[in-house]
Amino acid sequence: MNKDAKEGNLMYKFQKITYTYRIYLLLITLILFVILPFVFSNQYFLTIIIKIGVYVCLAMGLNILTGYTGLVSLGHAGFVAIGAYASSILVVRHGFNFFAASLVGMIVAGVIGMILGLPSLRVSGTYLSIITLGFGEIIKMTAMNFTALTNGTLGIKNIPKPGIFGFTLNVTNYGLYYMMLITVILISLFCYLLVKSKTGRALQAIKTDELAATMMGININYYKIIAFVVSAMICAFGGSLYSVLIGYIDPNTFNFDVSTLILSIVILGGMGTLRGMFVGAIILIAFPEVSRFLMEYRFVLYGIILVLMMRFRPQGILGYKSVLPYALSKSVKERVDKLEGNVL
Amino acid sequence: MKKEVMLKIEGIKKSFGGILALDGVSLELNEGEIVSIIGPNGAGKTTVFNILTGVYTLDEGSIIFKGEEIQNKAPIHIVKAGISRTFQNIRLFNDLRVIENVLIGAHLNTKYGFFSAIFRNGKFKEEEDREALRAIELLKAIGLDHRRDEYASNLPYGEQRKLEIARCLATGAKLILLDEPAAGMNPKESAELMEFIKKIRTMGYTVLMIEHDMSVVMNISDKIYVIDHGKPIANGLPEEIAVNEDVIKAYLGGVANA
Amino acid sequence: MIVQQIFNGLALGMGYALIAVGYSLIFGILRLVNFSHGAIYAFGAEMAMIFIGMRFGITAGIVTAMILTGVLGICIDKLALEPLRKKKSKPIASLITTIGISNIITNLLIVFLGSEKRNFNNIFGDGSIKFGNTVLTHTQIMMCLVSLALMLILMFIVYKTKIGLAMRATQQNSKAAAMMGINVDFVIAFTFFLAGVCATIAGALVGGYYQIVYPNMGFMAGLKAFAAAVLGGIGSLPGALLGGLIVGVSESMAATFLGSTYRDAIAFIILIIVLIVKPNGLFGREGIKKV
Repeated sequence: MNKDAKEGNLMYKFQKITYTYRIYLLLITLILFVILPFVFSNQYFLTIIIKIGVYVCLAMGLNILTGYTGLVSLGHAGFVAIGAYASSILVVRHGFNFFAASLVGMIVAGVIGMILGLPSLRVSGTYLSIITLGFGEIIKMTAMNFTALTNGTLGIKNIPKPGIFGFTLNVTNYGLYYMMLITVILISLFCYLLVKSKTGRALQAIKTDELAATMMGININYYKIIAFVVSAMICAFGGSLYSVLIGYIDPNTFNFDVSTLILSIVILGGMGTLRGMFVGAIILIAFPEVSRFLMEYRFVLYGIILVLMMRFRPQGILGYKSVLPYALSKSVKERVDKLEGNVL
Repeated sequence: MKKEVMLKIEGIKKSFGGILALDGVSLELNEGEIVSIIGPNGAGKTTVFNILTGVYTLDEGSIIFKGEEIQNKAPIHIVKAGISRTFQNIRLFNDLRVIENVLIGAHLNTKYGFFSAIFRNGKFKEEEDREALRAIELLKAIGLDHRRDEYASNLPYGEQRKLEIARCLATGAKLILLDEPAAGMNPKESAELMEFIKKIRTMGYTVLMIEHDMSVVMNISDKIYVIDHGKPIANGLPEEIAVNEDVIKAYLGGVANA
Repeated sequence: MIVQQIFNGLALGMGYALIAVGYSLIFGILRLVNFSHGAIYAFGAEMAMIFIGMRFGITAGIVTAMILTGVLGICIDKLALEPLRKKKSKPIASLITTIGISNIITNLLIVFLGSEKRNFNNIFGDGSIKFGNTVLTHTQIMMCLVSLALMLILMFIVYKTKIGLAMRATQQNSKAAAMMGINVDFVIAFTFFLAGVCATIAGALVGGYYQIVYPNMGFMAGLKAFAAAVLGGIGSLPGALLGGLIVGVSESMAATFLGSTYRDAIAFIILIIVLIVKPNGLFGREGIKKV
């Protein structure tokens, strides 16, 4: 047996086992994460875990656009900023509840995402990436210069922790942690359901071949806009979450480095996979925290990761293709079996 | 039996930067026929397809499909009207599975909205199940079902061609445009392809194809159109085209001494 | 006042044009937006400052920096981009690679030199010439002259020399060029070298103009120069020059009439409008979609 076939076999076994016991595995993981704060109640540790969770959300958002639809955005920090600023301003100045405020942030980001999506109907590839980069910078400049709204370069300080039914969610009482956990679960579920549908297939078709997708009757303009809007809204919520975690935002919180960091997570984990976002975020957020040395060189490290991944594993660490059969629903499977029974 | 005219192209002209790529090409196609367009390289055959499917707009002329003018409509409307195509260089969704390729073809027939997908309601299940079943039936009908779970890029060449055609059929289009389906195939494969195209016809589809392989063209076409340098030079039954002097001249260049 | 701003803008625009040339040259040959070009420009400026500071003298210092930066360009191509071409990777892979390289260069500069802004000596002295109300500093005049001379040399190289012919052939069709015996890899490396050299000169000029140099200076300047290249029609040398001048003048106009906070935004607005309305730019050629 040659090496490839053997590896394929191992891969098959691995995927088969994880798929068969997926419900148990998910349950175990969930339980582990639910009890985690009680085992490691260190504040610093929990803050990092929450930060990883936030970046998982951001990566999931960008992944819809870049991983599935193939539109590379270099300005997603802009959407994070919109979400963070909108919710912080509403909470700090207008006394909004955090959840209502972040919903407004998501809607604002969605509308702006739609506007940013418009060029994608005419411009593609690198040019589109540059437009998104310009967008990110324009958002940053707006945050710097529109002082009346954003308090300029001073930023917004003392962003209160979110409350629910009079109960304040912070790191100490684990409230923030559980909010992050629920958010990550909901966003993952949302992405999963979206991807495994007609919409997800259309997005992937656009990624592979726009013309062929058009010829299959896919309204590529509509789906590109959908991808932009969904992606923007997810990242905006991630931004709101980030702002309450750190408690302070200013225009430089959302610079180009953040956009590249989110992109690095998506690429490292595996574009167009959900599992990859977790691995990517854990590696890129947790590692620099481990040592001072890595902290100093973290952006150099992100750069090296991008270069090496493109060279040696462009599909990402977990970017493998499923080797299991295509999952058909139970009723279809029964009918196919019957059909095959009839043929035989 | 009088057959119904399905597609009527009349005097279409198209130029690119002053160069006339198509100069008054006309074509008529009845339901249930297999019609071929032949001509030397660069004659403008693929341009006809591109205009027909809305990739290019035409400068002059008209295209009537099932009694409706469809010239210069956007590709998506053309697919909805019932015309679907393959490409000269295969353009599959390589990273997706065979069945997913077919399901993408069935995009227009899968009728549920964004929120149905998120909430997985009854409508979603009903539509997805119906289309998945139809896709499997289609794959079985064309003999590709044993490849259902494979990734498109892993299929052998001949089967990729078949899959591309299956994807067209899944759109629900009744007129299938095939752009050089036999290109790169050996004689055995093209003989199989011929049978396959005949089979598609029996399934109720009409075929318009561009092809260089004369054994395929002469054997299965009901009618042949010949174009050269964007101009129509002949049309008729295969046996008429085989002895047409203009056609021989266009292909061999010199003066025909037939 | 307006005349003064136009002249300021023109001088600055010349600097942008020199950076834009780098984008254009590389895009012309590889169809790749070299995202690391801004970082290369910053590297060139930093090196120029270091070598001038090491008592090389101005000319020798800048020339050393030019060669070093050119070699850096070649290394980027040989180490990171050429392997991707050989593997026939997707275009997005090269784009992301150049983003990564940009990150590496900029942050290594920060780690070794610090991120603060450092004083760059005015290499052309503080003198100025007055025409009525309009003041032209020696730096501005020299910027225009040096840039123009360099543009002419570049055009001479591209249109009149053997290597220029090879560059243009590779630009048209690299496979055919290779079959004609052109060493395509060498031509590409040479292009990267040229781009690096131009970026260094631009770095020294713009650094001298503002009298500061810092590792992140390449980010904004790179984007503005890219805007200039796109505006002029990416791949075209005269286009890069014209684009650079337009961006420079509109920036200095915006700074005067809209307030200095908008000076950076104007380039992006130009860029986005051009990309949406006329992606081929002023001098670019229209392409026919191939099916």
